Amino acid sequence: MEGFMYPNEVELQWSVLIVLYPFLTGLVAGAFILASLERVFRVEAVKPTYRLALLTALAFLIVAPLPLQLHLGHPERSLEMYLTPHRASAMAMFGFVYLWYLMAVLLLEIWLDYRRDIVLLAQSSTGLKRVMYRALTLGSANISAGALRVDDRAGWIITLIGIPSAFMLHGYVGFIFGSVKANPWWSTPLMPVVFLFSAMVSGIALVLLMYMVTSAIRRRAIDMNCLDTIAKYLFYTFVIDFSLEMLDLIHRIYEADESFRSLDFMVHSRLFLSQIVLQIFVGTLTPLTLLALTQLVQFAEQVRKRIYAAAAILTMIGIFAMRWNVVIGGQLFSKSFLGYTTYKMGFVTKEGMLPAIVLLILPFAILYLLIKILPPWQEETAAMIEADGID
Amino acid sequence: MTLTRRQILLLLPAAAAAWDFVLAGTPEDAPNYKMTDHWWGMLLDIAKCIGCGSCVRACSMENEVPDGYFRTWVERYHVDDWHIENPTVDSPDGGKEGFPANGKTGGKNFFVPKLCNHCTDSPCTQVCPVGATFHTADGVVLIDYNYCLGCRYCIQACPYGCRFFHPTRHTAEKCTLCYHRISKGLTTACCEACPTGARQLADLKNPNDPIHAFLKTHTVQVLKPHLATGAKMFYNGLDGSVR
Repeated sequence: MEGFMYPNEVELQWSVLIVLYPFLTGLVAGAFILASLERVFRVEAVKPTYRLALLTALAFLIVAPLPLQLHLGHPERSLEMYLTPHRASAMAMFGFVYLWYLMAVLLLEIWLDYRRDIVLLAQSSTGLKRVMYRALTLGSANISAGALRVDDRAGWIITLIGIPSAFMLHGYVGFIFGSVKANPWWSTPLMPVVFLFSAMVSGIALVLLMYMVTSAIRRRAIDMNCLDTIAKYLFYTFVIDFSLEMLDLIHRIYEADESFRSLDFMVHSRLFLSQIVLQIFVGTLTPLTLLALTQLVQFAEQVRKRIYAAAAILTMIGIFAMRWNVVIGGQLFSKSFLGYTTYKMGFVTKEGMLPAIVLLILPFAILYLLIKILPPWQEETAAMIEADGID
Repeated sequence: MTLTRRQILLLLPAAAAAWDFVLAGTPEDAPNYKMTDHWWGMLLDIAKCIGCGSCVRACSMENEVPDGYFRTWVERYHVDDWHIENPTVDSPDGGKEGFPANGKTGGKNFFVPKLCNHCTDSPCTQVCPVGATFHTADGVVLIDYNYCLGCRYCIQACPYGCRFFHPTRHTAEKCTLCYHRISKGLTTACCEACPTGARQLADLKNPNDPIHAFLKTHTVQVLKPHLATGAKMFYNGLDGSVR
């Protein structure tokens, strides 16, 4: 502790788990928005990642509420947020946005897109697997051309609704922070917009990486047209995201309100590593430069792949650092603007580093399972059906 | 409809459970207290506060406040000449045991007692996802400990640092304005213990409360007025350096 903190402020309230939460939901929103490019805007180039992006979004969305649940003082009361919500609370209303997105958008869209495969798999598999696929058909076994046309149309409409929903999902996370007038580090109307664009950036980077990794594991050639297109979208959204963050920064520096000196000192001391080094230089300027290079210079395929992978990894680090700086940074200074505290992260504690690491790995485990049950690649589905043999 | 003896016997346990529930929800006996007749606030007189910490100790005992956390505390300010934007402030253990000499001479030195402002438009109640923290009809902000999720959004939303997370109850916690006392016609523990009368509970709805005359004749301010929280802790002679 340094300077003066109000006595109750010495303890940090929101830990690394609350850092994870906007990071995870950001990946969900970003991955979905990328998937919807193919569906709604007919960007055929990104088609190879469509289903993978949807499953990635679902895996991360399932894990997203877990850090919150672990953080609550009374997790057993968490359902009260749905049963007796306080309508004036941004957090309470967010619960419904989450539920809407999970149930009405993501699950429905995945189901409609996979329905044909599920029905075929239910017919071809045996034993427990058959029971599972049967259950997943939800009793709808009609896969005639007419029925599939209806699926396609419904899926398109849901994606159309899904895009603003995904925008809302992550914009709203930004609003939860941006609407706290007591905290000048958070309180800005730009917060939801910055959160949204950083979400798109991180989600696109994640899908790009997942596509490269899954292709390598499956020993399939990467569709370079697809990869180039995703990298191009990553670059464009990153430019918008960076511009917005710079706008926020320049505005704060120029306006220099009562909180400025305090926040400025914090950025140059306690947040130096995570904000200036990790977020801005390592996680933003470097990947932006790399991606800009690929737009300007014609590199060989192998070089492009490496640049994209490096840029995507750095981007993910940068966006994680951004979430850290928002959540933890917002609690390091006193609301009296006269002092600073420090955040000490435990390791094997309820809100320590270990549960955070587990929660970061868990979505990948879930994604692995989802890919096993619902292969995103047509040829794999066909092979599964072939192996089982239709009865 | 007629009830058989068997049916009545079956209903008895349910009725007993229901009666328990009724009793649990019944406030303690305060027959003359009508919530809508009151609107509570407090007057804090900077010039009268001597930084003895009696209020902090009284609050701590009355409300079993865990060590290291504060429902009320006292800050010591030192303002050097014209540098009102850079005061030196301290509050060792919330001022609970008073203040050791700090060797600051010259400039301005004074104490500022702090507690929940029981804001009319309180940011803490606005953000609570389940409405566990709420306004009473007599202008007090309270927390339902059996309902609070412990998400700590309210702690983030309070601009004054008045809330904390109770280490064993695992819910949000803060000053209740000694609601168990004021609703029985008593004053708060901190006001009761203050030897100089620097803190005075005020009923803003009572036309005979001396606060009205005081407000008319003194320069009074609330903390962080620019945040428009409708704070009801009125400070007499508040210096511009106080945050």
